[in-house]
Amino acid sequence: MALRAGEIAVGDRHEAVVVDDLTRTQLVQYAGASGDYNPLHTDEVFATKVAGYPTVFAHGMLSMAMTGRMLTDWVGDGRLTNFGVRFVKQVWPGDTLTAVATVDAIREEEGVHLVDLTVATTNQDGDAVVTGTATARLDP
Amino acid sequence: MARFPVEAGHILLFARAIGDANPIYADADYAAGTEVGRVIAPPTFTMASAQFDDSYPLRPRIGEPWFGSGREPTGLKPGASSGGGGGGGGGGGTGLHAEQHFEYHRPLRAGDVLTHETRQGERWEKQGRKGGKLLFSELITEFRDDEGELVVTARSVAVRTERVVETEGDG
Repeated sequence: MALRAGEIAVGDRHEAVVVDDLTRTQLVQYAGASGDYNPLHTDEVFATKVAGYPTVFAHGMLSMAMTGRMLTDWVGDGRLTNFGVRFVKQVWPGDTLTAVATVDAIREEEGVHLVDLTVATTNQDGDAVVTGTATARLDP
Repeated sequence: MARFPVEAGHILLFARAIGDANPIYADADYAAGTEVGRVIAPPTFTMASAQFDDSYPLRPRIGEPWFGSGREPTGLKPGASSGGGGGGGGGGGTGLHAEQHFEYHRPLRAGDVLTHETRQGERWEKQGRKGGKLLFSELITEFRDDEGELVVTARSVAVRTERVVETEGDG
C-alpha cells in the first residue's frame, strides 16, 4: 500500500524506532551483506588499538539503510525517487535510533503526485546521527 | 564497466542485516501480488555492488596482508598504507563517508544485472571545526540495466582530514 496525496499535509511527521540497542553482531551482518569489511566496524582490537576509537562503530550506510526502512514502510515499496543523507555523528553499539520524516511539500509534476520529506535520525541522547531529504511518488 | 548481478539471496541477507522484515525483499509469492510485482531491493542496496567490484579496497584479498587484526592489532607493517583504515574507510578507502545520495529511476529488482561506471564529481574545501582543512570529493555512479536504462544514480561524498574525527562523517 502506498501513501496517498490526500492523506498527508505539510508539516505531518512519521516516526519509527529503527533499531533498539544496536549490536556488534548486526555490524558483522551488515559488513557481510554489503561487502564493506572495514575493520573499524567489526574488529574491536583494530578499532581500539590501531584507530584509537572507544569501540567499533556502525557503517554510516547501515544508519542510512535503517532510516530508509522508516521511509519505505511509510511511503510504500518502490516509491522513493530520491533519498540523500549527511552522516552527522557516529553510531555505536548499544545505540537506539529513531528516524523521523517530515512533510515539506506535496506537489504534482507531469501528472505524478510527489511528496518532499525532510529526514532525521537521532540517537537515545537526542543527537542527530543522519540528516537528509527524500522524495516519493504518491497515489493521488 | 563493472557488473552487479542483483540476486534474491543477496537481497534477503542485506534486508536481514539492516533489520528490515518487509516480505517484498524476501518472498516472491507475496511480491507477485504487489504493485512492483517482484522481489525488489532496499533503497541502499547498490552499496552491495562492492561485493562484485574487483578493486574494492575494504575486502580482504586471499594471500594479501589485511589491515584488520590477527596475531597483531593490524596485519600491515609499520609505515605501510592502511588502505582506508586509521581514520578512513566508508568512502571506499579515500576518507570518511560524509554524504550519500540516491536517485531512483525505477525499483531495483531481483534478477536485474546492472553495469555501473563511476566518475569524479565536484571537489571542494571547508575549514574544520577543530582546525585543519576538510577536503570533500564527490563520486557519481550510474547503475544501468541490460537495456542501458538508468536504474539508480548514486552520489557519494567523502571527506578527508588530517586526524581522527569524532563527529564529522561516519568513517
